[in-house]
Amino acid sequence: MASLIGFYSLIFGLCVSFLIIFFSIKNFKNSHIFDKKIISFTFLQFFLVIVSFLGLILSFVHSDFSNQTVFNHSHTTKPLFYKISGTWGNHEGSLLLWLLVLTLFIFLFLLKSKNQSKKYRILTLLFQQIIIIGFFIFVIKTSNPFNYIFPVPKEGLGLNPILQDPALAIHPPILYLGYVGTSIIFSSTLAATSLNYISKEWAKHIKQWILISWIFLTLGILLGSIWAYYELGWGGFWFWDPVENVSLMPWLALTSLLHCILVLEKRLVLTSWVVVLSISTFTLSMCGTFLVRSGILNSVHTFANDPERGLFILIFLFCLVFLSLFIFFFFHKTQNKDSNSFFWLSKETSILINNWFMIYFLSVVLIGTTYPIFLEVISSEKISVGPPFYNKLIIPFLIPFLLAMAIGPKLNWIKSDLKKKFYLILFLIISLLLSVIIIKSLNINFLVNTILVTSAFYLFFITLRDFFIKGFKNLSQNLTHFGFSLLILSILFNNIFSTEIITNLKIGETFKTDKYKIIFENIEQKDEQNFKAIIGKFNIENSDGKTEILKPELRIYNQPTIVTSEADIKTNFLVDKFITMNLVQNQDYFNIRYQIKPFMLWIWFSVLLISFGGLISLFKKKYEV
Amino acid sequence: MKFKIYPALLTIFFIIIFFVFYKGLQNSNIYTPSADLKKNIPSFKAKIFLTNEKISSEQIFHSDKFYLVNIWASWCVPCRDEHIFLMNLSTQKNIKIIGINYKDNNEKAKIYLNELNNPYDKILFDENGTLAIEWGAYGVPESFLIHNNQIIKKIIGPINENSLLEIKKLTE
Repeated sequence: MASLIGFYSLIFGLCVSFLIIFFSIKNFKNSHIFDKKIISFTFLQFFLVIVSFLGLILSFVHSDFSNQTVFNHSHTTKPLFYKISGTWGNHEGSLLLWLLVLTLFIFLFLLKSKNQSKKYRILTLLFQQIIIIGFFIFVIKTSNPFNYIFPVPKEGLGLNPILQDPALAIHPPILYLGYVGTSIIFSSTLAATSLNYISKEWAKHIKQWILISWIFLTLGILLGSIWAYYELGWGGFWFWDPVENVSLMPWLALTSLLHCILVLEKRLVLTSWVVVLSISTFTLSMCGTFLVRSGILNSVHTFANDPERGLFILIFLFCLVFLSLFIFFFFHKTQNKDSNSFFWLSKETSILINNWFMIYFLSVVLIGTTYPIFLEVISSEKISVGPPFYNKLIIPFLIPFLLAMAIGPKLNWIKSDLKKKFYLILFLIISLLLSVIIIKSLNINFLVNTILVTSAFYLFFITLRDFFIKGFKNLSQNLTHFGFSLLILSILFNNIFSTEIITNLKIGETFKTDKYKIIFENIEQKDEQNFKAIIGKFNIENSDGKTEILKPELRIYNQPTIVTSEADIKTNFLVDKFITMNLVQNQDYFNIRYQIKPFMLWIWFSVLLISFGGLISLFKKKYEV
Repeated sequence: MKFKIYPALLTIFFIIIFFVFYKGLQNSNIYTPSADLKKNIPSFKAKIFLTNEKISSEQIFHSDKFYLVNIWASWCVPCRDEHIFLMNLSTQKNIKIIGINYKDNNEKAKIYLNELNNPYDKILFDENGTLAIEWGAYGVPESFLIHNNQIIKKIIGPINENSLLEIKKLTE
């Protein structure tokens, strides 16, 4: 029943699109005032998608296995929380979530843009409707979440246990708010370009939408990363998996867009940058959807592979690309040349530098992710691009990037000089000395690591100084830059100081190093609602006599039967102790992995700081930078 | 209208990308593990079904002949499906079928063979499943085609018409 209602409201939602388009075009041509009816229709469409989404949630909650999506991804013994989160933990449901966010954002956009011109609002709505219609057809035709199966199965197939995790339950909605939020930026930029509407006021208005998407995208990536760290049990937080890359690419584009829009708001330059970046941000989001959902790439996100779906998104994606190319080349008016040439030492130049670095990082990730596809098509050779590729190409370029990030905000608009900026050099020396002291005692590549840590410390100290000197002025920018330096520092120290032990132990055995002892005390069994747990008890004894008890788990889920390994992680302010155990086939040994990972908490914390900076900027009335 | 070079170039560029992605979609990316193929067969000692005599792998496999090692059990339902194909193969002169009776009960296995006929040249008794592990089997049923003491084909799951044809082709 709920499925039926859900399906029909989806169909009606699509029909409303045509109504909206009809009335919009009429309104666009004829009258001078914005037709209120259009807002009501937009709300109606949003409401219908909500009904459809609630219908799917209800089917999941009631374990209505006549619905194919529910049958494939749920089970009666699953806890209620995961029944609900299972709604968007699969291809069909997550696309419904896309649609929900698409319609929500355009509705909010219309409410929030009352001060903008009528033509601009309607045109934005029209572009957004093109996207919405595309997704409606995509959902209904190739990924209908309400497919009926008869005879009705008694039991569902269950949700993949590694998806049964609180961080992952909220990760898709948050990430989608960011991902899909870029559609508004895309539509409104296309509208503004076609109407030659780009101005300082427009920049101010669209900046809010950029910030919203950016904040959610940042948080979404953070949640995904936290999930990978706690659930996958590999002890890492970023694996350069195609799906992670796919979320990183729009983030990079969005970040440089955010910087460009600040320049645009101040000086009305870099408009081409803004237009191109707006288009590419959304295109990259769509491209990500294509790469993940079509099954063209292999990754941890195992959605059912269906070439038909891939083909649909591919065609749709390229229609949007060509549409935006057309608008960009035939409607976009480039400004006169003078305003685009900047003095070499100015804020504008530093933002341009930032952009080029971002574009470089973006290209590296893009090439790394899609190159295997190209190679396979051209030479039918299969390769996989892994972390070494990204690390080698990105890390060296972080050094000038960090330095530019520290110095850039110190410069003035239009023209600047370095008088009275003596402290910049002083801080550089301090950072250099500090890093030399830290790195010298370690047995790693001295030069690269020292320079890297120096530049991160440099940004760290410069931004830290600003907190004291400037106080609340420029807080958002300073906070995000500070957060970024903290992030890089945490990642660096995490890499440099992590230690790991892999060994096989029987119950009762002890593993000893000069620093600590790992005692495998016992195991116990526990029955939970939808899994059985084997819990190991490990006693870790440090050299100073302190002991800590860690209890990693092996979980045997019943539906579907999958064994997962749950790490036990003791987190404190400075260091994470991370232990996992795995069964060794046909033996009484357990494979034990014990890792000491410093500054893990700081990685999460610094990303939170970064997005918090964005949040402050969103609520700030006055222009700063 | 003046011909514009950048839009044209970009359009061509995106069209190329489109076709690469389009072609990429057609490629299947289900990787077939090829590691187990062309591997020497494990050497082992095993009990012969019912007689409980010990026999070693060297006594069973001779290098110039084709063998099909088939892991089966009376409790295994898909094994019944493939049995008819095994019977078909057993009429061929150039291939010998070696059964591995996996974690089974002697009496039930005997009834199973009486009911469906016995296609096997020899049957080895794998009481606790260790033999199947040595062969690197994923489950029951599973079959290995052997020539010159090497595994030349591995069939996971029941044999069907297609795999039967393939076996016949390989053994010609």
